Amino acid sequence: MKSLVLGAVLTVLVLAAALLSFAWTPGDVTSVDIPARLQPPSVQHLLGTDHLGRDMLSMIMTGARTSLAVALVAVGIGMGLGVPLGLAAAARQGGWLDETIMRFNDLVFAFPSLVIAILVTALLGPGAINAILAIGIFNIPVFARLTRGAALPLWHREFILAARTAGKSALRISVEHILPNTTNLLIVQGTIQFSLGILAEAGLSYVGLGAQPPIPSWGRMLADAQTMVALAPHVAIIPGTAIVLTVLGLNLLGDGLRDRLDPRLQGRAA
Amino acid sequence: MMGYLARRLVSLALSLVVASAVIFLVVEVAPGDPASFMLGMNAQSDTVAALRSELGLDLPPVQRYLAWIGGMMTGDFGVSYTYRAPVAQMVAERVQVSLPLALLALGLAVVIALPAGIVAATHRGKAADLGVVGATQLGVAIPNFWFAMLLVLLFALKLRWFSAGGFPGWSDPVMALKSLTLPAVALALPQAAILARVLRSSLIDILSEDFMRTARAKGLSRRQTLWRHGLRAALIPVLTILGLQFSFLLAGAIIIEQVFFLPGLGRLIFQAITQRDLIVVESVTMLLVFAVIAVNFLTDLAYVAADPRLRR
Repeated sequence: MKSLVLGAVLTVLVLAAALLSFAWTPGDVTSVDIPARLQPPSVQHLLGTDHLGRDMLSMIMTGARTSLAVALVAVGIGMGLGVPLGLAAAARQGGWLDETIMRFNDLVFAFPSLVIAILVTALLGPGAINAILAIGIFNIPVFARLTRGAALPLWHREFILAARTAGKSALRISVEHILPNTTNLLIVQGTIQFSLGILAEAGLSYVGLGAQPPIPSWGRMLADAQTMVALAPHVAIIPGTAIVLTVLGLNLLGDGLRDRLDPRLQGRAA
Repeated sequence: MMGYLARRLVSLALSLVVASAVIFLVVEVAPGDPASFMLGMNAQSDTVAALRSELGLDLPPVQRYLAWIGGMMTGDFGVSYTYRAPVAQMVAERVQVSLPLALLALGLAVVIALPAGIVAATHRGKAADLGVVGATQLGVAIPNFWFAMLLVLLFALKLRWFSAGGFPGWSDPVMALKSLTLPAVALALPQAAILARVLRSSLIDILSEDFMRTARAKGLSRRQTLWRHGLRAALIPVLTILGLQFSFLLAGAIIIEQVFFLPGLGRLIFQAITQRDLIVVESVTMLLVFAVIAVNFLTDLAYVAADPRLRR
């Protein structure tokens, strides 16, 4: 319960900062002010300034947009393709379609995802879109496997048998009856993949393969901070803290939701 | 068991074939011609063509793919376009940094996670448990390259106990180990957090099993049951996770090598990508993928050996 509240508060805070940045930020993230560079936090700049004199708070707010957008779309790709595949595999359990989908899943699963993501973004050109694709592809088998696993036992339940006797097609049953009964699991896994996506995006943009300047991103800010860390520790500490709080918030939210949505876990310590 | 082994071997081979095809395709469709990159902007077109045929780049893709795969299987990883050195030799040099780094990190992660997981599970709900659970939540949320920067800030720049980066080579083992210490700690942190979590929850499940009560009933002390029966059973899922985490360890190492300027496989890939030294990119990536797939295969086997119910 406590983790659900804390996680929700952190997540909403980051979301709000990202949304607010579309309308307003304390400073301009595109204007360079060299004389005011590497200033520690002060009244004018609540979180100080970076190596180009840009307001850190504004950079963090705008950077939140990049992180959330990349991770969210990557989860969307994973769910959008993985869930239908999982539903189809479960509907044809044991058939060739099921076999094909699951073998393909195992294949993608066996790949070192981040290594391939680095390869893909490095060769096809760094940028947010390629980062999204590289992270998103590896979300597909996660959701396909989860959906299939949750759907299989449902197919043997009475209400599904009733629907079949009523003459509903496998497609309609999957969409109308199976899918709604797997949403809890999907939501929980979604938050987990979301937080993993944030970490992956941060890693990719740290090595220069994520969103390109002048679009602010947290990983990029850390890369820029690396040579300045002795002069102005805050330029390294602040973006990292933003990543940790976001990932922590999403993980706590996921844990909290799982405990809340799965009655079997009620009363069990986290 | 034999049938299971045969099936797993076939799927292992299939994974490797698909992986190699994917890597080859990605590198193939990537923009940038290695020959024109090597000769610079002002090169004559016939010079470029000559170099292309010397490197074998003018052959049809299928033929190049087969030549590459055939070479990999016989230990011939190709010759670097930029350095004119065999890729196998370059890999052998870099592995001397990357492998010790990964093993050191793995060892550290286990050394941290085992006691943490055991203490948490045996003191469930108490302060020690809450501390471990909180620490693991934080551990999985911290990007390891950022943690690495903080370590550098504290231990290299402020306290001056370690160097901030670089690798002196193994001629001086003490210095070499010292320069791998901070990177290994940074790599180990998220791994330790995940392992501690898995060990804690699997130990909690085991502690409530009937055979544990039986062990207590036949007169073993709490400590004896834990060490002789509980831990052995609880370590099985930990082993699986250890195998699965191997791929993240490798990817993490690639990024951590950037933070500490370590001349490992990760830096080799990045350099090769910027120089369009495509044969190096292909071969090193394939090696990493092979390592991950092989480790997963071995953990699967170990898992099945420990739990016969899985041999379906």
